Amino acid sequence: MKKTTYREALRAAHREALLTDPRVFIMGEDVGRYGGSYAVTMGLLAEFGEARVRDTPLSELGFVGAGVGAALGGMRPIVEIMTVNFSLLALDPIVNTAATLGHMSGGQFSVPLVVRMATGAGRQLAAQHSHSLENWYAHVPGIRVLAPATVADARGMLGPALADPDTVVIFEHAQLYNLEEDLPDDWHCDITHAAVRRAGTQLSLITYGGSLPKTMQAAEVLASEGIDVEVIDLRVLRPLDTATIAASVRKTHRAVVVDEGWKSGSLAAEVMARIMEECFYDLDAPVARVCSEEVPMPYAKHLEEAALPQVPKIVAAVKGVLNV
Amino acid sequence: MSADALNPLDPYTHGRDFCLARMRDMLRIRRFEERCAQLYGETKIRGFLHLYIGEEAVAAGVLPNLRTDDNVLATYREHGHALLRGLSMQSIMAEMYGKQEGCSRGRGGSMHLFDRANHFYGGNAIVAGGLPLAVGLALADQLGGRKDRVTVCFFGEGAVAEGAFHESMNLAALWKLPVLFVCENNLYAMGTALARSEAQIALTVKAAGYNMPSAQVNGMHVLAVHDVARQALDQVRAQQSPFFLELHTYRFRAHSMYDAELYRDKAEVERWKQHDPITTFAERLKAAQMMSDDDLKAIDRAAQDEVEAAVAFAEAGTWEPVEQLLRDVTTPAVPTVAAGSAS
Repeated sequence: MKKTTYREALRAAHREALLTDPRVFIMGEDVGRYGGSYAVTMGLLAEFGEARVRDTPLSELGFVGAGVGAALGGMRPIVEIMTVNFSLLALDPIVNTAATLGHMSGGQFSVPLVVRMATGAGRQLAAQHSHSLENWYAHVPGIRVLAPATVADARGMLGPALADPDTVVIFEHAQLYNLEEDLPDDWHCDITHAAVRRAGTQLSLITYGGSLPKTMQAAEVLASEGIDVEVIDLRVLRPLDTATIAASVRKTHRAVVVDEGWKSGSLAAEVMARIMEECFYDLDAPVARVCSEEVPMPYAKHLEEAALPQVPKIVAAVKGVLNV
Repeated sequence: MSADALNPLDPYTHGRDFCLARMRDMLRIRRFEERCAQLYGETKIRGFLHLYIGEEAVAAGVLPNLRTDDNVLATYREHGHALLRGLSMQSIMAEMYGKQEGCSRGRGGSMHLFDRANHFYGGNAIVAGGLPLAVGLALADQLGGRKDRVTVCFFGEGAVAEGAFHESMNLAALWKLPVLFVCENNLYAMGTALARSEAQIALTVKAAGYNMPSAQVNGMHVLAVHDVARQALDQVRAQQSPFFLELHTYRFRAHSMYDAELYRDKAEVERWKQHDPITTFAERLKAAQMMSDDDLKAIDRAAQDEVEAAVAFAEAGTWEPVEQLLRDVTTPAVPTVAAGSAS
């Protein structure tokens, strides 16, 4: 166990991938000389050279599409996109090609590509750098979508993502890069299961990504008031681990979903629907959710905070469901 | 059509066998597609069906220059490219029918023909969608040290309006990637004429904007296409850098199967048909006394026989069981799971 930041854990995972697999290379805007817009790839250019730590022009459509092509050509590219908002310029190669090629070609091709991007709000970056659009990607069959929310997962998810024969999209919440935690000696993780972050009996709090720390804080607050909740970290946003969600709800009989995305058409909506499909008769109360307000993310600090899920909102939602 | 004068090509320099082979290539495409149009009318083939009729000299000129492990990407008007790249006519026809004996198991149809064995990466129904993939395939070759392979990417002139075209041209030139960009300029992006969609209609100027060498050629003359493509490919292979090739050609049929052709004059179509790549090449070969009427009949008969065999194969094909609907959505391999989940 040693104290490690989420950023350092990601960097260690990238370094390991470059060291162990000659097919791996990284490309994206400012991943090389600049060191990465969130400093994840800092120092890797000096160690691995320009061929494998490759700065790109500001051409998201072009370089993500090139990542698809390089994966088809036998490489294991890691493509970094600065933020999820910019990834909208690259939806075409991901949704129309990476996700479809296997099925559309009758199983002849697979696209072993990893696309990473920052997501989420909380740094006063306003409406073109702050959104949570994980659900857009989680909607699409043919790709896997991950959201590491702990330092251990930041360290452990890249390896299995690269080993996946299909495209994996990884969302790193911008608020998590400075998160510091003990990195367990065994940080290996699978990329198929949700994780129970806190065991509890009275209600299941279900969340992912940047909302996990807030949800864990809310659980602490509730515990101090004698309310015992379980916290589920989805981790894998596609395909959803419905079994873990359902097992928790069957135990607690109540659930609140915390999701930084907008409510309409959200991942929270999907999780709620699955709870209804899987364990409607186990529920003692309607399922509730805490999502972002349906507004483009404002710049002013007090407005941004008001737009996002916050600990008091989560606590209030839990108490509402428990009717206390 | 002035490119004819710029390429005074003599069939003798290519030899009889070569010329007859190109005639066979073009007739295989023509007869296959004419039959497809018929089958569409009989509702055996559905969806979109984009015919290449009139443009056969492009595929027939470029593709014979390639090595078996070169990469090829094409558009949704790709039956001819697939056929000449080595996919069997039977597997293509079965795909048109949607049968599981098709080259894409019936999941792709006319617009999504694939063949891994022949390095044929489709069949792409997103205009300009193949270009970034071509850049990536060539990048994989560069990183893998495979200096003998080139990637050839076909696309229509409509693609040059897409951002993907410009981003890909820049990346290929910036990273010195061995890609031959082949622009099949048939003058219309569906129904929109080039002059109505581009401020700069000289397409090679766009290549120059990326410091990329280029050439343009009469795409109705199979020998002209062949020779210019060969020079371009030699340059791409030797210099490990991209090249932009523009071919002037014309689509004789509708954009897809339903198209009233309101956007062009019938007289214009008739004028271009005077330059039909098959009949003009046949006349050249006959004038050079390299092909007799009987030779041509034999080639045509063989093409038609192959088409009928393909139809019989497709007719006899089977439907994939619905139970397999979800097969290949993800690749059937479990990601590595190490011991000790973080949970």
